[in-house]
Amino acid sequence: MQPVVELRGINKSFGPVHVLRDVNFSAYPGEVTALVGDNGAGKSTLVKCIGGIHPADSGEYLFEGRPVQVHSPRDAAALGVEIVYQDLALCDNLDIVENMFLGREHTRGLVLDEASMEQLAADTLASLSVRTVRSIRQKVSSLSGGQRQTVAIAKAVLWNSKVVVLDEPTAALGVAQTAQVLELVRRLADSGLAVVLISHNMNDVFAVADRIAALYLGRMAAQVPAAAVTHSQVVELITSGASS
Amino acid sequence: MSHVRDYLERLRGGDTGALPAVAGLLVLCTAFAILRPVFLTPGNLANLFTQGAAVAIIAMGLVFVLLLGEIDLSAGFTSGVCAAVLAVLLANHGAPWYVAVLAAIGTGIVIGLVLGFLVARIGIPSFVVTLAAFLAFQGVVLLLIKGGANISVREPVILALANRNLSPALGWVLAAVAAGGYAVALWLRSRSRVQRGLPALPVELMAARAGGLALLLGAAVYVLNLERSRNVLVVSLKGVPIVVPVIAALLVLGTFVLARTPYGRHLYAVGGNAEAARRAGISVDRIKISAFAVCSALAAVGGIVAASRANSVDANTGGSNVLLYAVGAAVIGGTSLFGGKGRILDAVLGGAVVAVIDNGMGLLGYSAGVKYVVTGVVLLLAAGVDALSRRRAAGAGLR
Repeated sequence: MQPVVELRGINKSFGPVHVLRDVNFSAYPGEVTALVGDNGAGKSTLVKCIGGIHPADSGEYLFEGRPVQVHSPRDAAALGVEIVYQDLALCDNLDIVENMFLGREHTRGLVLDEASMEQLAADTLASLSVRTVRSIRQKVSSLSGGQRQTVAIAKAVLWNSKVVVLDEPTAALGVAQTAQVLELVRRLADSGLAVVLISHNMNDVFAVADRIAALYLGRMAAQVPAAAVTHSQVVELITSGASS
Repeated sequence: MSHVRDYLERLRGGDTGALPAVAGLLVLCTAFAILRPVFLTPGNLANLFTQGAAVAIIAMGLVFVLLLGEIDLSAGFTSGVCAAVLAVLLANHGAPWYVAVLAAIGTGIVIGLVLGFLVARIGIPSFVVTLAAFLAFQGVVLLLIKGGANISVREPVILALANRNLSPALGWVLAAVAAGGYAVALWLRSRSRVQRGLPALPVELMAARAGGLALLLGAAVYVLNLERSRNVLVVSLKGVPIVVPVIAALLVLGTFVLARTPYGRHLYAVGGNAEAARRAGISVDRIKISAFAVCSALAAVGGIVAASRANSVDANTGGSNVLLYAVGAAVIGGTSLFGGKGRILDAVLGGAVVAVIDNGMGLLGYSAGVKYVVTGVVLLLAAGVDALSRRRAAGAGLR
């Protein structure tokens, strides 16, 4: 199977700090790839390379097998790569539809085409089987943490995206809401998207991931099918970079 | 019924909308009408509009800046500078009125661009930038009128703005166009939603809204069309003051921009969460600079109205209480000082509250001192309502 996104030999330094060293990483369509690693292992930097926020210093970026240049978030978005950051980046004072289309509003002439946006937002949420929100015209400030996460994810898949990167989507959630979001993550992959899930929580990782990529001190320690490793082996990869 | 329930729920959640301003307006008007019946005479009501016009227009501009969570303390003296530019061009250079008006508004736009640049690109807090501008523009007005006592404005078109009235027939026509236009806009929007199978406003509610506006406009035009001259044989004085359609046009235009265009949406987004707006690809700097430009341009319009009403420009045009009344108007109307929440209508409603207090207390014979104190207390009250409703909204968000 061809990966949607494939990074080869990525290096990234910030001044004297060598954060990523010859990292290889692939994400496949229809699969959840969990990206794990301890604090400072380089997970966020790798994601920012994928999303074009910090272009890599050297290495290859292949999208559907073709080498591409990704130097800005716009480049990434144009390819169909969307990133949902941990702090979600939603505007509390806007409603769900307004947030989902922020910066990419549909217009008819000079005027916002509210009806078409509302319809598309409703369809997208329905396709993700989201039924927890009462009205999609409700302000984001009135939503729970899980609902906000759902809106942020729906925003990312609205654009026919092919890759969705989720940065710690369950970090601030309760038990029931975590389950809901993980279910949503699984559905995204089942619908054919390549999902990259960053997480610290091994239970979450084993609940949804098809593949696990472990970073250790800026190197890719292993990228293996989730079924081939045990919980403790992954913890070993994270803490020592190798498993026995 | 579900719409009524939704509305009550929003009220309880801290989203008070126009309710405090409208309720305050009703209470104030009733109180003044009882204490001083002359308050309700057509002559005084017409007076109210021309008294409050300049402040309401400046407040409309401030809404744009307040939406971003910024402030423009110099808007009052910006209006003074622009009015002085207008007066100097008219009186000293014999320029036609449209050239003077364009120059005044152009001056406003340039001032706004500079203020916006200093805030957005250099990163000086808007409070400091506009406080400096507040002081400097006070001096610029003095320099423009060469320290003289005042420059009188005699250009008939400019004077007509705040001193003349529409013919009664034209008043009715404009009111009918406005009410009809609103009804058609409501109907078109509802039709396009129904076609897409989206929930739309029930017909009764739309009829009530359109009918309510028609009634309000009809009553206002009727009262303003009554003869209000003390001696009809000398001069007839009736009709809607010309500033009223000017304010109405700015209100419609501003509301359209904020509520129906991507630019307006981006203003709210930057005010709500600038980082989220930036990640969504919105140029935050450009939005900020443009908001200051709009604010100063509207301040220029306010300055022109003030010059028209006073028949002159002096060192105090746009000074003393103008800025605080304008900020007060926006906040009393329901625009948040914390950014992200506000409408152009707020400026008009709040401007009406400020004008009614000013006018009514004047009729009751209170001194300027008492008026300032009361207006200050009302502003504090409005800011308190704003802060408390934010707390409530935050609380409701955690449910």
